[in-house]
Amino acid sequence: MNDPIIWIILFPLFGSIAVALSGAWLRKACHPLAVASMLGSTWAAVETLIQAIASPSHEVSYLLGGWSLQLFPRGVGIEFRADLLGALIALVVTGVGLIVALYSRLPVERDTPGREPVYYALFLLQLCGLSGIALTGDAFNLYVLIEVAALTGYGLIAMGSNRAAAATFNYLILGTIGASFYLLGVGYLYLKTGTLNMIGIREAIEAEGASPSVSTQVAFVLVLLGVMIKMAFFPFHAWLPKAYVHSPTTTSCLLAPLVTKVMIYVMIRMVLTVFGVEFSFEYATWTEFMPWLTVIAIVAAAGMALAQREIKRMLAYLIVAEVGYMTGGIWICNYYGLIGSIFHVVSDACMTLCLFLGAGIILEKCKTTRFDGLRGLFIKMPLTMTGFFIGGFSIIGLPPTCGFFSKWYLITGGMVSQRWEYVITLMLSTMVMVVLFFRLIERMHLAVDESGRNLGDGHGDLGLSKDRKRFDEAPPSMLIPLLIAASVVLLVGIYNQDLVDQIERMLQPFNLPTGVHYR
Amino acid sequence: MIGMFEEGSIFTQLFVERLNYFIYVVLLMIGLWAMIAKNNLIKKLIGMSVFQTAIILFYVSIAVKEGATIPIYLPEHDPHGSHQPVGAEGSLEIADQSLPMQPPAPSAYTNPLPHVLMLTAIVVGVATLGLALSLCLRIYRAYGTIEEDELLAKLEEVDARTGSSMRSGRRRRAFAKKPKEGRAR
Repeated sequence: MNDPIIWIILFPLFGSIAVALSGAWLRKACHPLAVASMLGSTWAAVETLIQAIASPSHEVSYLLGGWSLQLFPRGVGIEFRADLLGALIALVVTGVGLIVALYSRLPVERDTPGREPVYYALFLLQLCGLSGIALTGDAFNLYVLIEVAALTGYGLIAMGSNRAAAATFNYLILGTIGASFYLLGVGYLYLKTGTLNMIGIREAIEAEGASPSVSTQVAFVLVLLGVMIKMAFFPFHAWLPKAYVHSPTTTSCLLAPLVTKVMIYVMIRMVLTVFGVEFSFEYATWTEFMPWLTVIAIVAAAGMALAQREIKRMLAYLIVAEVGYMTGGIWICNYYGLIGSIFHVVSDACMTLCLFLGAGIILEKCKTTRFDGLRGLFIKMPLTMTGFFIGGFSIIGLPPTCGFFSKWYLITGGMVSQRWEYVITLMLSTMVMVVLFFRLIERMHLAVDESGRNLGDGHGDLGLSKDRKRFDEAPPSMLIPLLIAASVVLLVGIYNQDLVDQIERMLQPFNLPTGVHYR
Repeated sequence: MIGMFEEGSIFTQLFVERLNYFIYVVLLMIGLWAMIAKNNLIKKLIGMSVFQTAIILFYVSIAVKEGATIPIYLPEHDPHGSHQPVGAEGSLEIADQSLPMQPPAPSAYTNPLPHVLMLTAIVVGVATLGLALSLCLRIYRAYGTIEEDELLAKLEEVDARTGSSMRSGRRRRAFAKKPKEGRAR
């Protein structure tokens, strides 16, 4: 137990084996086992973060297989290396995993009756893959972990209805293309640098200096293209809405907050640690057009979210828009933009979790998530809807939720870099989010139907029968995780300065520009 | 055409010096095209396999080295003699005759790492293919087709019935009466 970093992935790994074995004769044990292994994993992530903050170099390293750094150069074996960024993302992943595991008992019983052992085994393997992505220091190992997370993700989605299986097929094709492009890019990096260790690759690229080789540039394009397909960046987003809408409740609660966010982390990791700030922002010409691409992505996704008449589908398009926010924060290539981007990864994971947990409860209680079935929900389930709308307000960016502070840094970064197109789009999409969520609130408080007809007789009458107005709150096993998630959204917002301090500390060694423009 | 086989011409670069890259890119494009353009789900999966195999070819071909040997440290190379072959009777005489050989210089070894990496990639590819085939099976059992256009038409039907499609919402609004009051569409 001296190295908590490795226990972050060992807990879910052994947990999934234990669940698969014990589930054969004791199906009731699956859920407690899953919760227990996620508890262990979260504990290990907290320990790792504490160790990383306390250590002088702000990183924790673990060499798999025990090869020694003294005898061999970097890159002979696989290294797990958690700097502050990696440890933070690992904590987010395991924390979200823990909350969803707590929440999952009822929905999993309903969605996949009789197959809980398989479901929880895949669930834990998914978390093993995602937290591994956050921790690994080896470019090829990252590919393997991406595929571990992707394959278990396909399984988790396809365990829903037949419709979900059809949606998974598209996801599988696109996901494989994305991961293969990444693999190809890693091949070029290996060809050029002779190592797979991330630090080793950066040292070799920095040694190339001001005239980077063609191989490095090809690798840069391939790796980032692959990562962008995996993170559902706008032209490549087609797989995401269908896969998340038709998947079982627990699956969408787990995948929606984590998968895209972890891939954003991979992009940040590639830009900062693997290719290095100089190469990514100065020699590659991506900084010219990427902010414009994110502008298109945000506008398109926000527009599509406006067109939806169903909560889960609307949330799925919101994720695509948020991916645009974070990618833009990276490519305005500015100190504040990167702080905003990393902060937004954390806060977006919390608030998307909040929203999807809420949507899951609505689906459970009302049997529909269409907008016209929502009337009077605030009377029926006040606590659930409060939790849901704390997430919603965070997406809009109302203080003191965490979404406000991360968006603040993103906009500051855009202004400092003078990328006005990005700043204006952020403001504009904030307006769209306001419309999206206040339209929902309106549906719940006013007695107006889809075509604008008034249903009640005014004076706050919702035109509902008595039994639909009765207080009928969600079961505590689902409600409590939602309220925990909502309070995390508020707490991250209130203690934002501590988080930003840590992010600043992790960005210090990279010498990012605080001024106008990198070029 | 005269300078076709001269050093540095495009033809030589493509087909002689960099033939392996040329082949892998062609295979990659065939696979990508099949994955995106083919209508049949199984053909898409065949394309996926070609695509992944092209990447394996790329990795393996960059590790090729002419006249090199496998990087295995043979017992004869061990100067301390702990692994020296012992004669049939275990007599000292025979053991003494087999003096330690000089291992080849490191530059004479091929790089084993790309091959090892590709073992992992093959495993990943097999897992993906297995999962995809089982998905195909499920789609066929549920909808009775593995042609993408027919499948999409059926899915559209299902979505319209359950009301989870975004298109059905639009259609319903188009047929609904014009709202009397402007507020709260």
